[in-house]
Amino acid sequence: MHPIRKKRLTIVLFLVVGIAIAVGLITYALRQNINLFYDPTEIAAGNAPVDTRIRAGGMVEAGSVVRDTESLIVNFRVTDFAASVPVQYEGILPDLFAEGQGVVAMGRLNEQGLFVADQVLAKHDENYMPPEVAEALERSSKGQHKAVNAEKAAESATY
Amino acid sequence: MYPELGQLALILSLLLAVLLSVVPLAGALTGRDSLQAFARPLTSGMFVFIALAFAILTHAFVTDDFSVAYVANNSNSMLPWYYKVSAVWGGHEGSLLMWILMLVGWTLAVAVFSRKLPSVMISQVLSVLGMVSVGFLLFIIVTSNPFDRLLPNVPADGQDLNPLLQDIGLILHPPMLYMGYVGFSVAFAFAIAALINGRLDAAWARWSRPWTTVAWSFLTLGIALGSWWAYYELGWGGWWFWDPVENASLLPWLSGTALMHSLAVTEKRGVFKSWTVLLAIVTFSLSLLGTFLVRSGVLTSVHAFASDPERGSFLLALLGLTILASLTLYAFRAPVVHVRARYSSLSREIFLLLNNVLLVSATLLVAIGTLYPLVLDYLDLGKLSIGEPFFNTTFSPLAVATGLLLGAGVFSRWKKTDGGWLARKLLWPLAVSILVSAAVMISYGGFAVWAFLGVFAAVWVAVATFWDLWDKSASRHGRWHGLQRQSRSYWGMVLGHLGLAMVMAGATVVSNYGIERDVRMQPGDRATVGDYEIVFVGIGERRGPNFTAQYGSFDVYLDGNLVTDLHPEKRQYPVGMSVMTEADIDAGLFRDVFVAIGERISDDAWAIRVQYKPLVRWLWLGALIMAIGGFLAIADKRYRIRVRDEQSAKPASAAGGKAVEATP
Repeated sequence: MHPIRKKRLTIVLFLVVGIAIAVGLITYALRQNINLFYDPTEIAAGNAPVDTRIRAGGMVEAGSVVRDTESLIVNFRVTDFAASVPVQYEGILPDLFAEGQGVVAMGRLNEQGLFVADQVLAKHDENYMPPEVAEALERSSKGQHKAVNAEKAAESATY
Repeated sequence: MYPELGQLALILSLLLAVLLSVVPLAGALTGRDSLQAFARPLTSGMFVFIALAFAILTHAFVTDDFSVAYVANNSNSMLPWYYKVSAVWGGHEGSLLMWILMLVGWTLAVAVFSRKLPSVMISQVLSVLGMVSVGFLLFIIVTSNPFDRLLPNVPADGQDLNPLLQDIGLILHPPMLYMGYVGFSVAFAFAIAALINGRLDAAWARWSRPWTTVAWSFLTLGIALGSWWAYYELGWGGWWFWDPVENASLLPWLSGTALMHSLAVTEKRGVFKSWTVLLAIVTFSLSLLGTFLVRSGVLTSVHAFASDPERGSFLLALLGLTILASLTLYAFRAPVVHVRARYSSLSREIFLLLNNVLLVSATLLVAIGTLYPLVLDYLDLGKLSIGEPFFNTTFSPLAVATGLLLGAGVFSRWKKTDGGWLARKLLWPLAVSILVSAAVMISYGGFAVWAFLGVFAAVWVAVATFWDLWDKSASRHGRWHGLQRQSRSYWGMVLGHLGLAMVMAGATVVSNYGIERDVRMQPGDRATVGDYEIVFVGIGERRGPNFTAQYGSFDVYLDGNLVTDLHPEKRQYPVGMSVMTEADIDAGLFRDVFVAIGERISDDAWAIRVQYKPLVRWLWLGALIMAIGGFLAIADKRYRIRVRDEQSAKPASAAGGKAVEATP
């Protein structure tokens, strides 16, 4: 083969191999690491998979936060004002976590319907709300369980 | 009065930018020197007006002019003066103004430092930079005016700067990052000018190289500062989250690194030209993509300020237009370029090609992981997030492979490297690296495959770099003379690679051997992390300039001896009604001890986070060394000398080539 062609061929082969490896790694890693988002209505209706890492989000229900005094376990309920889901988390909550605020939790739903979170994200300032939460609230407020608060929350979400 | 002047300055600079993007380019295309001569004065004028606008906005912040909406939203009369100044770039409008200031600053720098370049080239480069300025000036004037007034209802006081941003990290991180982002516009402008000219040659690569390296160095510093800031301010001790906003800055860094290496090949050997041009376009496009992601509000992050759909669409249009226009130009002009130089299948060229393949693959991976959820969401196909494991699984093998390749590539020669010679050359460094890595593994107590691979790759890079330095500095007049004889660009490369080795070592060790514990503590309680014992002494209260804080007192013991005492805080900012955790860290070259307080659990019990972070400082020190390497490389003498040669164009360089051949 002509030396230049041979060289081009090696370059093309390198590229093909590189891309093949990259694509292989991506599909392998993507298959395991996609975390789908579910809102409390979907979880309460049993539409969320059990024992799979998912994201759940909504507002922290007022008066639902219960702190264990002997350990770092916290229990609270996340609501979209149509349904609510019990969440358990062990560890330190973010500074902006509070009742009546929007949160997104990552974790697994167990057989008893308890969402065991390993990560809780709260919004970064008081004007901001995670887009998933805002949408979940909007969806539920359009349903029959209309709550006054939900409208207000969805409104502030457009900021 | 002043804010209106600021607005006027913005509009005037827009007019100058429009002229800059048309007049010198027309002059270059028609060969009229009189039109090309406008390039430099227009650039200076544009810079002066933007600098004026920036100064006026800063003045509004320092004098607490809350009639300006942007000041009212991002400042407060109680804020210390230095945070008032840095609050200028604490929000969307101001940070955009800073972005533009950097852009025209780079444009001015090109105008000033490229006096020796051919007039046609420089006119085109400045015109292209002018076009970029037009885009961003339109954006700021139309959608994000920082000088908008709140008249007649002027608020009595401002809403305060987000407490997260009241920190030295914010003062430094955005300017550095922007210098990097925007700096790639120069490499982009050179690439576009070369495409218009059809003159993609070694000279073009030599002109773009220092600019690319400087931009890359700033970007490296900016990313490292952001990571450092997140570590102590925001992240509870994490240093990289694969957050889309971080990824947005990593993307141009990865492709910029590829560009730097590919430019080296193009300059030295005159090959990979079309590829280099494409990388220059891609790198700047990724910088724009980063701006779009961060500023359009499509992302959930501290960086995503209150968003406005108009801004998102404007930026997207700007991004689309840039990519479309430059790729069209590329499609028409790139094939004109011919390659003559030859190299064998084992040569430095091939090693650098593989480096590019790996870096571009890494760029693609990060891009896919970042954009995939956004695209699905946009198409309404569901909401999902891609977690850290995705990036860790895919990125680590590429990083290790890059390190292994780098160690071997350091020894390779241009054109042709003998395989047997290279293998013999690598034998000893390989043995040393295995021994050192094993020693590191044993000292940290615990073997894990990826930990070993990461440490090995880091050690391998460092050993190979030192080995090569040792080889090169051999001299009849002694070692010291040999070391002095090395060029600055070689030293730049050495530091760049050593810095990378440090980052790899730090990242591997802290991820594999770091300890992180959340514990419930009452005064008098003890907690252990690694070899350290931390005693909770008590809680106190204090007042800051614009906050009140509860602080914890902790004593840190190692083998029964008091090492230090730490005072992490929980701050309440009354103006914004926000709470902030301030961790306290005992920093060291080989380990950090980190304590932060969480919420109060019962009357005297608190949730406390204690962490032991081995080698975490190496991440940022390594990045700093990389950046220093970059700055050193551009101080190399040859960039100045050869530019002068280039003026007399081709005959001179041909003669130069002959002269070199004649010397031995």
